[in-house]
Amino acid sequence: MVNMIIDGKNISAPKDTMLLAAIRGAGISVPTLCAHEAVSRSGSCRLCVVEIKKGNRSRIVTSCLYGVEEGLVVDTKSDRVLNVRRLVMELLLARCPESDVLQKMALEMGAEPQPRFVADTDKGKCILCRSCVRVCEEVVGVSAIGLFARGSQKTVGPPFHEQSDVCIGCGACVYVCPTGHIEMISTGEKRKIWGRRFKMQPCDKCGKFFAPVDQLKYISKKTGVPFEELSVCTDCR
Amino acid sequence: MSKVSDIKLKTKQIVKKHKGDKSALIAVLQDIQEAFNYLPKEALITVGDAMGIPTSRVYEVATFYNAFSLNPRGEHIVKICVGTACHVRGASAILDKFERTLFIKPGETNQDQKFSLELVNCVGACALGPVVVIDTEYHGQMTMAKVDKIIGKLKEGAQ
Ligand code: SF4
Ligand code: FES
Ligand code: FES
Repeated sequence: MVNMIIDGKNISAPKDTMLLAAIRGAGISVPTLCAHEAVSRSGSCRLCVVEIKKGNRSRIVTSCLYGVEEGLVVDTKSDRVLNVRRLVMELLLARCPESDVLQKMALEMGAEPQPRFVADTDKGKCILCRSCVRVCEEVVGVSAIGLFARGSQKTVGPPFHEQSDVCIGCGACVYVCPTGHIEMISTGEKRKIWGRRFKMQPCDKCGKFFAPVDQLKYISKKTGVPFEELSVCTDCR
Repeated sequence: MSKVSDIKLKTKQIVKKHKGDKSALIAVLQDIQEAFNYLPKEALITVGDAMGIPTSRVYEVATFYNAFSLNPRGEHIVKICVGTACHVRGASAILDKFERTLFIKPGETNQDQKFSLELVNCVGACALGPVVVIDTEYHGQMTMAKVDKIIGKLKEGAQ
């Protein structure tokens, strides 16, 4: 175990954990967008910043990527921290002015759109956190999407911005996206995501459409469970 | 050398040369660009299949680096340095001159596929500014007159 002082309290956390986990474990809240529990950390939203003191030096670090250290003194709500967080939020707001998630968070931390950061109109709600790309690679295992180009041109999607032939239509990316950028339209027997239409499988017992056929085929191939056994929805199993 | 099967064949040879080593992806893409002058879509897909890297990852790398082009480029690549030193020494007038002479903007290729225009930020020859790199040749202390001369020569040579 490693002992630290977080917001004046003595906190200990297991070695090899990240500061964010230790802070949250102590019941202290920190706003985050990109630290989804289903995927590995990318440190891209920069909202999780905290101030750490070692000796008489202090600095700002992203707590989701900073490993716990013996004797660390951490301040999660100092003026400096709140200022950095507000600035980060102002920039995120300028990128995705329509995001209701960001608007709500901004309100809570007292950040407002700044005229000096000209608002984007073509970025949708995507903050480029990479959670969707990570879940597709790390959990689903098909790597159907990526973040392409760079700088202000960077966008998320399937390669060549065309329909992906490895996507299984599972919607895991929609589930992890913190801002609701990814559009998935389901109409019972069909589902559309990333520009591609998927046929849905009706449950053998109740007839309800419950998963894309391609997803079930993929699971069947991966686990060796015959397709017929998978074509029953979880409610009827 | 632009038929799909040719592209695939050549790409596979290049991957083989690098022994399919995943960490050599950038080197593989550089070799492909050297072979075709750009990165054809079929080549990117073949690279992914042959190296066991998802197409999405290959496309991420291919679109990240400025050195890679996803569109066919001209026979001659004109890179105009617009770095600080060259800018101060009049790079924008040189750029303007190239644009008007070749009828293309940076990032474009002219109609007969002879020239592509690109911008770079400092090529490490600031003392020679304004610098223009054409293919692999450095041209320092560029002037309007030099632009005409160089392009004229390249057009002749390309006949
Ligand atoms: S679409 Fe959502 S999850 Fe994917 S990078 Fe953008 S904000 Fe993150
Ligand atoms: S949660 Fe740490 S950078 Fe997003
Ligand atoms: S700025 Fe052009 S060579 Fe350095």
